[in-house]
Amino acid sequence: MTVSTPKESRGDTSPPEAGGSGSPEKLLSPVLSAFWDDPQSWTLATYRRHEGYEGLRKALAMTPDDLIAYVKDSGLRGRGGAGFPTGMKWQFIPQGDGKPHYLVVNADESEPGTCKDIPLLFANPHSLIEGMIIACYAIRSAHAFIYLRGEVVPVLRRLHEAVREAYEAGYLGKDILGSGLDLDITVHAGAGAYICGEETALLDSLEGRRGQPRLRPPFPAVEGLYACPTVVNNVESIASVPAILNNGKDWFKAMGTEKSPGFTLYSLSGHVRGPGQYEAPLGITLRQLLDMSGGMRPGHRLKFWTPGGSSTPMFTDEHLDVPLDYEGVGAAGSMLGTKALQCFDETTCVVRAVTRWTEFYAHESCGKCTPCREGTYWLVQLLRDIETGKGVMSDLDKLNDIADNINGKSFCALGDGAASPIFSSLKYFREEYEQHITGKGCPFDPKKSTLWADTEVNA
Amino acid sequence: MTDIQLGMPQLPAPDYPAEVRERLAADAVEVIARYPDSRSALLPLLHLIQSQEGYVSRTGIRFCADVLGLTTAEVTAVATFYTMYRRKPSGDYQVGVCTNTLCAVMGGDAIFDELKEHLGVGNNETTPDGKVTLEHIECNAACDFAPVVMVNWEFFDNQTPESAKAMVDDLLAGRPVEPTRGAPLCTYKETARILAGFPDEREGAVEATGGAGHASLIGLRIARGETPHTSIVHPRGETTTQGGE
Repeated sequence: MTVSTPKESRGDTSPPEAGGSGSPEKLLSPVLSAFWDDPQSWTLATYRRHEGYEGLRKALAMTPDDLIAYVKDSGLRGRGGAGFPTGMKWQFIPQGDGKPHYLVVNADESEPGTCKDIPLLFANPHSLIEGMIIACYAIRSAHAFIYLRGEVVPVLRRLHEAVREAYEAGYLGKDILGSGLDLDITVHAGAGAYICGEETALLDSLEGRRGQPRLRPPFPAVEGLYACPTVVNNVESIASVPAILNNGKDWFKAMGTEKSPGFTLYSLSGHVRGPGQYEAPLGITLRQLLDMSGGMRPGHRLKFWTPGGSSTPMFTDEHLDVPLDYEGVGAAGSMLGTKALQCFDETTCVVRAVTRWTEFYAHESCGKCTPCREGTYWLVQLLRDIETGKGVMSDLDKLNDIADNINGKSFCALGDGAASPIFSSLKYFREEYEQHITGKGCPFDPKKSTLWADTEVNA
Repeated sequence: MTDIQLGMPQLPAPDYPAEVRERLAADAVEVIARYPDSRSALLPLLHLIQSQEGYVSRTGIRFCADVLGLTTAEVTAVATFYTMYRRKPSGDYQVGVCTNTLCAVMGGDAIFDELKEHLGVGNNETTPDGKVTLEHIECNAACDFAPVVMVNWEFFDNQTPESAKAMVDDLLAGRPVEPTRGAPLCTYKETARILAGFPDEREGAVEATGGAGHASLIGLRIARGETPHTSIVHPRGETTTQGGE
């Protein structure tokens, strides 16, 4: 079993105003974010001062197969949303097949609410580069790619610079640190398409095509980029590897829970007093995070929130004590996703929120499969009518029906994601939908939800 | 009668002037060399041609097709799939207001409405002087800095209608504008060249605005005990007595 502090506090049933057990210092565990406040945090020099590239040395002292087993044993699970064990993904790559192998890092962070990889890459890009070198040594790849969404030029600049520095220092190129490993990294900027966060769509996009998902099997591990064995990993997953190597898998497993070990970045946003990044062992609760960061904005209370972006079914204030790990969130009826904790207070109209998310899914639907392409279109028509008071009661069942025809029937998981806010909002806030219909309009004042609403009142 | 615009380029496309074509061809060689398969260079090459004309012109499409051995139809199919490729001549500064749910609720909708009125343009339209193109954008991975406005894909965090209007006024007046996170603004065309994979060579561009934004650091500061937590307001307000389950 595990020994971390959140584990202890999770069993704590004392009233929340006690501030929970354990001080915030003990609940948090900055690893990737440990030196983000250094004035030159993104540079190789700073990274080295914080034991950067030490994990790589330890990794290169192992055989690639042992390295894969080590990462597997650490229990690291994918941080891009699905939680698939990272070491197992590496192990799926067939060895001795005579084909080139590729590592592709998914830095297309676009899921509404998700904002962890972009600050990580802006402040500490070398953790990703080091993790990539380790991963490529393990899977025996000589060429890796970072597929960065295009809309974040400040991050692109620092990735260009980090890769340049890594080449100059001999961490990339030929015979890295005398290990015999050759590796090139290409930084690739996307061009604006949410679907490219889906790993097979990302591969099509990286091949210079429209980003549309591929039929699986074959899985990318067998036929990925250029039909060669390919590992696609999220930024945070790969960036977590160097610390595991440097500090040991037992150190890693001592954090978090048995099935969800380790540390991770939680992104708090919305109507909270302390929006931002919180690196903590898996299994912390939203209540603990809010308690340490000042809670909701003054005078307001939590109404609904997403545990991992808009594609994960929403929660309410009943779920403040759900442990935020893969099992805990799953058992409560949602998904951990990207740990994007978007918090909305009582001034926010659920119908407005869901309509906007659904407009997003309709806009971003790649058009390949009918359930998602047509379904999201009709969901938007119905939701807009309801939001503006032109809906009828039977529309609510129709929403559920259409969402049901997308969920599980679309070509890729992004269709399922479009159904999540519909199902969950109807489950928890059906009355609010009905109010829009019977009252022939939205009962909320959008001005009260803005960042500046309360300062204007107080001024 | 409704005239349906499919947005297809009129053929045959005129070629670039010789010296432009030569320069872009040399850049294209460099871009293609980064990939095991030349077609992978298509997305960066479309960024590259935007660095020439500020949008994906039919000439640019023809250029990409020529250097990659594709048909113009194949290139057009890709160019029209991605939102960052502009289909018509547009402004030097692309001002994008996030109106996805969280930013919209936090004030993005109000900012977008006020900017439309202030600039006298609608979504995806450009001011008459060719300086500013306004659009609403989807989530740009900065929700902890909501509401967010992007200009040429640099971050302008925690915006208000007033701050956004003042910022576009500076752009229209030609005054230098600096983002909250990112480098001092360059033009859309110059930004497109960085997106094509050519590092920003401007002095100080990489280090501009420092390590991480304030919101990115909040957890780290609390973990160090730097932030006093005396001002806790409980999220559940008056209903806190229910306690844990």
